[in-house]
Amino acid sequence: MATTTRQKAGWGAANAVTFVVIAIPLLWIASLSFKTPAAITDPSFWPAQWTWGNYSGILTSATFVRPLLNSIGIGLIATFIAVVFASMAAYAVARLTMPGKRLIVAGALLISIFPQISLVTPLYNIERSLSLFNTWPGLIIPYIAFGLPMAVYILAAFFQQIPWQLEKAAKVDGATPWQAFTKVIAPLAAPGMVTSAILVFMFCWNEFLFAISLTSTTSARTAPAALAFFSGGSQFTTPTGPIAAAAVVITIPIIIFVSVFQRRIVSGLTSGAVKG
Amino acid sequence: MADMVLDQVTKRYPDGTLAVDKLSLNIADGEFVILVGPSGCGKSTTLNMIAGLEDITEGELRIGGKVVNDKSPRDRDIAMVFQSYALYPHMTVRENMGFSLKLAKTPKGVINQKVTEAAQSLGLTDLLDRKPANLSGGQQQRVAMGRAIVRDPSAFLMDEPLSNLDAKLRVQMRLEVSKLQKRLGTTMVYVTHDQTEALTLGDRVAVLRAGVLQQAAPPQELYERPVNLFVAGFIGSPSMNFMSGTLDSGGLRIPLGDMPVSGSLRQEVSAASREVIVGIRPENFQDPSLVSADVRPHGITFQATIDVLESLGAEKYVYFNMDLGKAKYVTELEELARDAGRADSGAASETVVARLDPATRISEGAEVQLWADARALHVFDPATGRNLSVAAPGAKASPADPGARRRGATSPSTGQPASGQTSSSTVS
Repeated sequence: MATTTRQKAGWGAANAVTFVVIAIPLLWIASLSFKTPAAITDPSFWPAQWTWGNYSGILTSATFVRPLLNSIGIGLIATFIAVVFASMAAYAVARLTMPGKRLIVAGALLISIFPQISLVTPLYNIERSLSLFNTWPGLIIPYIAFGLPMAVYILAAFFQQIPWQLEKAAKVDGATPWQAFTKVIAPLAAPGMVTSAILVFMFCWNEFLFAISLTSTTSARTAPAALAFFSGGSQFTTPTGPIAAAAVVITIPIIIFVSVFQRRIVSGLTSGAVKG
Repeated sequence: MADMVLDQVTKRYPDGTLAVDKLSLNIADGEFVILVGPSGCGKSTTLNMIAGLEDITEGELRIGGKVVNDKSPRDRDIAMVFQSYALYPHMTVRENMGFSLKLAKTPKGVINQKVTEAAQSLGLTDLLDRKPANLSGGQQQRVAMGRAIVRDPSAFLMDEPLSNLDAKLRVQMRLEVSKLQKRLGTTMVYVTHDQTEALTLGDRVAVLRAGVLQQAAPPQELYERPVNLFVAGFIGSPSMNFMSGTLDSGGLRIPLGDMPVSGSLRQEVSAASREVIVGIRPENFQDPSLVSADVRPHGITFQATIDVLESLGAEKYVYFNMDLGKAKYVTELEELARDAGRADSGAASETVVARLDPATRISEGAEVQLWADARALHVFDPATGRNLSVAAPGAKASPADPGARRRGATSPSTGQPASGQTSSSTVS
């Protein structure tokens, strides 16, 4: 009994430390977002005077609202396209024997571990000459490129779990390969599609490097990048409060996503991992 | 409704494995044909080729007179029931059964009517709105059958549809399958490894071994007149007893005794004596006291010490040891047992099993007299496995095929009893 109590205490302490290390910065940001500009340098953890001013400020300014809409739009479009293509690619990887299959799988893996920074300069030049620079497609295309491998891996693992005989049954029932895929296999892989969609969307939502390098105005800049361009109320005030408020605003959807789909995300990540 | 012709159908996998070797079989319209054989004999591959799920490497498959080799499954108008049932888990029973009709763009009203009819005939009416996960194994099996029936296809293909059911349910469903086929009168090809299913269900049973058709015949003929050693050993439970024998002009000499040869076997007798394998089914033994005096001369009476006696009420099984001289053929018999899926058959053991009338007074451990019916003996050529005691109508010598010799297999037949098509030229 003594050991278990001690073990419990030990685990409790470890948990507490982990929680504090992770939560304090988040809470600090949240606290900052409620402080007045004058109180930003105030070392007290909680604001002496609570204010919604930072929030109302950013949510009425075009420098944040427009990027927020960009983030939502670009994220959703990139996610949709990535998952549709990934499901087809994953089906092929999981089910068909074809020449070049290993090449596709290896290529996908290569892309997913490729350092993004090394692509920024070439992408910048390519997009400028194709007039894609500072446009939605200019971000959607690289996001799809980086979202696809992840989605392919997760979905391939899901497809592999679906009994092969179902597909044979569909074929004998008169389905074309496309019908067998859309009416039998894809519905059964829906959990995998949701999981990969969430993960791809989170990647697009959090992405910063491309967002800041491949945009120049708020017409295509996404929210994380927009944060870097915040300015204070005057030339001499730092925009700490608004940045904190914006950080909280863009974190909220992620927190909701993760808490709702927590189990899905974990299962998706592990099934992908086992497959990989 | 359609007949089906497999003409020299061959399946060779890219790695060179020959799964089905020149299989020829004519299946008449409305016929119920069983493909039976040990696992790995190519029976499921054959079925998949008929369904269009696997490509045919060589040969021709005709359904209703049309060559369908290159047609996709959807254009062949056949329904298939899978061993795992393969019900769509995300659809209700109703949707499962109506799926093929929906794909064929049948009007909704017609789909509903057909599904309801099929559900009624299978007793599934109350389950129509359930998902497959909420059904018992037997119910799932019936849904799988229902899904095949609603389409009113020209042929049914069944891939071991009953093997996932428990023994009692299997017997019940076996009856239902049989009734169903008779009611619908649709051509049916049914794959099983269970010889009881094969013998009870089929109009005709095709026995396969290592991708080669051994014999295709009505169940009774298959049992009474197996064309070769493999069919003889595979069909029947407990299986046939094998022993060595010598055939010469004086008659047939086996460990049980000597006897004159009769019937078609006489053609095989030459002046020189010839080694043979002799098979006798357990039910062809009897307690001599229960054999009437006029029948007794048709058999041999011999001495045996009963090792084990099993009384099953309607019959008694007795086991006794005897020097059967099987050692000579141990390789052949072991290969046979392995191919027949009986790894531990004791091919080399010298035990004989006999099925006696329950009225017998024979007791365990006693040294008794037993009678064996000589008319029911099967005599096989050890080299080719051919059954010499079965008359070979229209037998013609085909060129020697060393492969067939080694495996003890017959040449593929045209779906008719394959007797006499072996490489007999090398034998006589």
